[in-house]
Amino acid sequence: MTAPQTHAPTLTPELRAALIQKLTALADDEIVLAHRDSEWTGHAPILEEDIALANIAQDELGHATLFLELRRELDGSDADRLAFFRDAPDYRCARLVELPRGDWALTMLRQFLFDAYEALWLDAAQASTYAPLAQVAAKAVREEKFHLQHSALWVERLALGTEESRRRIQNALVTLWPHVAQLFVPLPEEAALVSAGLVPDLGAVRARWDGVVLRHLTDKCGLTLPEMPGEGDTTAGREVHTAHLPALLAEMQAVARAHPTAEVW
Amino acid sequence: MTAAITAEQVWTALAAVPDPEIPVVSVTDMGMVREVSVDGGGRVTVTFTPTFSGCPALHVIRDSIGEAVRALGAAEVEVRSTLTPPWTTDWIGEDARERLRQYGIAPPSPAGDTGLITLDPELTRCPRCGSFNVRMTGSFGPTLCKRLYVCDACKEPFEGFKSV
Repeated sequence: MTAPQTHAPTLTPELRAALIQKLTALADDEIVLAHRDSEWTGHAPILEEDIALANIAQDELGHATLFLELRRELDGSDADRLAFFRDAPDYRCARLVELPRGDWALTMLRQFLFDAYEALWLDAAQASTYAPLAQVAAKAVREEKFHLQHSALWVERLALGTEESRRRIQNALVTLWPHVAQLFVPLPEEAALVSAGLVPDLGAVRARWDGVVLRHLTDKCGLTLPEMPGEGDTTAGREVHTAHLPALLAEMQAVARAHPTAEVW
Repeated sequence: MTAAITAEQVWTALAAVPDPEIPVVSVTDMGMVREVSVDGGGRVTVTFTPTFSGCPALHVIRDSIGEAVRALGAAEVEVRSTLTPPWTTDWIGEDARERLRQYGIAPPSPAGDTGLITLDPELTRCPRCGSFNVRMTGSFGPTLCKRLYVCDACKEPFEGFKSV
């Protein structure tokens, strides 16, 4: 989105490669979740929510752009090429954001679980020793705050609403819960980034997330956390996807691939 | 022709560049222009900061800034953007707040340091009758920077600036 003013600080080749991987994973979560949210455009239960979700999708895409701009500074890659011309095996999004949008309860609960993770990750990343990332985090966390307020309120509204809304949000929790833990699984080379202070430790983010999210879901909303054997869906890395991702990408990338030389969208 | 453009002239020119989504205020009113510099050769550099990172009007703003400076006769114009420090609604000037209010948009309240999970929106008053007896009807509005409200005193629906 901008000409870089900050020259990428000197990184060892290993850290640079690991950071590129991490930025890609961060951006891919945002791109895929934004696409799922955008599927509600024109279909949300009320007009205000249609607008809200379109806004949230736009913000998440904005955050993806910020992360991919940081990647461009490191390897000269092009954000549009990465978004529209990579196939599912090359995407590094978490499986939580790939799942179909489901009903309104599932959409809002997924958004809440992810918003809390993203907001807390960004909050911690403001302390990154990699200044360009610290700057991006300081910008994005201010926007994420509004998503979190919005999705937290919807989870509460549905949980304390009618019998039907409560049944749906509890079902959504059962569906989504096994996929949550993957958000907190580091990439293979991430430990080196954490040691160098470049990115937050996901264990610390998880501890804060548990405090915010579990309290909201149980104390405030009276929901029952599902029993989860072990740590859930964390054995496979981010290179492994659900069957839903290829279909999502096929739709998202159709126009770009039909007109690969287009310069104006 | 490089008849020594001054930074002050550039600021004045930019004060007439409207925000593309809220034309009643300018890009300088919004606090988006962070720095203007002019070097000996008449080369002008303008640094601006985006309001929201996903703002779809960014390229319009960038182009408008470039055009406004070129219209002054600048030899060369560079428009840069920066994220640091992150934009805050606290940078919106007093008279711009009043113009927003007259336009029907509730100006933002002080941003301060709100927690991450504050579920209560900031205090907002009706731009038409001044009442605090308002209801938020949509926590997101037609643009990224605004929310939707209804005033329960005068029954007017209105938009309010998010406090960022």
